[in-house]
This record gives sequence, structure tokens and C-alpha cells, in this order.
Amino acid sequence: MADITLRQNEEAILEGLKDRLPDLAYTLERSCDQLALLVDKKDIVNVCATLKDLPAAKFDYLADLCGVDYLGKGETRYQVVYNLYSIPLNHRLRVKTNVGEDDCTVDSVSEIWKTANWHERELYDMFGINVVGHPDLRRILMPENWEGHPLRKDYPLKGKGQREDFSFVPENERQPTRKPEIESEDW
Amino acid sequence: MGLIEQRFEDNFVTTTVDSLINWARKSSIWPVTFGLACCAIEMMTTGSAHYDLDRMGVIFRASPRQSDLLIVAGTLTWKMASVLRRVYDQMPEPKYVISMGSCASCGGIFDTYSVVQGVDQVVPVDVYIPGCPPRPEALMYGIVKLQEKIAKQKYIRK
Repeated sequence: MADITLRQNEEAILEGLKDRLPDLAYTLERSCDQLALLVDKKDIVNVCATLKDLPAAKFDYLADLCGVDYLGKGETRYQVVYNLYSIPLNHRLRVKTNVGEDDCTVDSVSEIWKTANWHERELYDMFGINVVGHPDLRRILMPENWEGHPLRKDYPLKGKGQREDFSFVPENERQPTRKPEIESEDW
Repeated sequence: MGLIEQRFEDNFVTTTVDSLINWARKSSIWPVTFGLACCAIEMMTTGSAHYDLDRMGVIFRASPRQSDLLIVAGTLTWKMASVLRRVYDQMPEPKYVISMGSCASCGGIFDTYSVVQGVDQVVPVDVYIPGCPPRPEALMYGIVKLQEKIAKQKYIRK
């Protein structure tokens, strides 16, 4: 933390955060020329609401919300990343939170930014992270009856055979299941 | 012989029913617009002025009810597969299918959980066009091949 030199606007943001949430514990890091704030997941809604409201921050736009699977790499398996942008002040901030495998949930920020609604549905669809307090937590990309969460690192690339399920084709027109002569891993 | 002689004006030809029907069918193949991925861009280009599919009687229709041909142009995901089948079922007979590009023919580079490995598992395919994506010339060649196939069909049988 010591080797991070803060810019003027970043100092103002952190000061404002300390003012509003004095007990907040966080870690700072800088990657790709952008400051990242790692907070505990119980604080995430408070931090996000404060960052949106704070006059020095004004993060009125959630540019992206995504998940990361650190299977076998980190202490906690998942991470949820919030990429914030302020349209009036033209600055960015990344907020991260760790999500463990045993308690695979994160609180919803869709009350703060409406755009988080679909992003959190994608998070649930792809990583199976349950978003607590989400108004409409359904799959968004995969079909409703899909099993598994494809972006998890332990999900097989070729799926679990669902792509070969052609039960909607009339039975007399169904083709026998084909097995490739060469598996693509053998190339 | 004596019956039809000199009862019609000039420009009168005799032919078989098969070749007349086949000639009509192969000269007015109306495909339904079913673009799924980048192949659809090549398909649109083929329909535009530079390549001009209209001169072959190929006119894109926006409804499967008015179409004879289904050009599956692009990557077919499993989520889309039942939709493709429904579009095919809505088309009136006789109907034909062209599988355009690597993805539609065999899944292409997308050997992944969500992509169907060949649309022939969902609909019966008449012509496969290789390429990623195929150039407009390749699509036109595929349509010509389909016309040749239609020209060989027989309708009147004992």
C-alpha cells in the first residue's frame, strides 16, 4: 500500500470515504493505471452508495460489473469487480470484493445503479454467484433450463452434453450422435 | 397431332411436366433471411447490387411462410437451435437448406458448450458451403449447385 502514490482526486475520494464510513477496512492496489479498492463483501453496498453520492467521487455510472474465478490461485475462489466511472468528474475507480466458495453470495447494487440488474444476472448465470436482494435473479444468456455455470474454471469447455440434446427435433428426423475422429485436444 | 396443329400462334414449345416444374422452382428460390453471425454479412453482400442475387431469381423474404430456402448463415447456438427448427417447420414444401460456412456445417472453431456441432443435426441440409465466412462467390456457387439439384428432381412417378 505504501508504494501507491495517490493523485489529487483519488485522495479526495478516499478522504470522503473515511469521512462517511470511518470503520471501513480496505486494501488499495493500482493496475493498468487505475486505482482499485478491495473491500469486504459485507460493505459493498455501503461503499458503492457512498461512492455514488460523494461530491468528490460522483460515480454515477457503473461501466461494468464482472466476476473472476481464481480456482486454485487465490484464498477465496471468486472475485466480483465493479468498474465505476464518473461522467461529471471524468475519473474511474475499480472496486473489488472477494466471494468464497462456501458462501457464494454477494449483495445487489441494482438499487444504486439500475444497469447492475442485468450485469448481476450475468454474474449469476456465468459464475453461479447468488446476488442477494436482486429483484429478478434469472439466467440472462444461457437457456433457462441450462445446468451449470459456464465461466467457472471447473466447467468443461465442451459442456456436459447439453449441446447434443435435440429433443425438439421430430424423432424420425433425429441424427445419430456423432463422435469426432480426432479430439480437438489431440491436434 | 392433328388436334393441336395450327391452333396456336408461334412461339409454342412442348416439354415435360418435371422439367417445367423444376425450371420454375429453381428459377425462383426465395430464401428466408436467417442470419446468425458474420456469414450473414456476406449473405447480405451477395444480395446487394455488386453481386446481385436477384438476377438468379433469389429474392430474400422476411417470412418463412413465403420462402423455399433456408440459408443458415452463421454459428448456431443450442439456444437458437429450436428456433431454427421452428422456422424450418413453418416453411411450405418444397423446402431446401443451405448450410453456409464452417460454423453452420460443423461448429467451426467453436467446439464449445453452447454451439451446435453442425446444423444437419437439427434440419436436413442440401448444400454445404465451406469458408469462414464464404465469399459471396462461394454462396452463389452453392445456390447454383442447389439449382442443379432441384433440376434433377422427379415429381411424376408410377
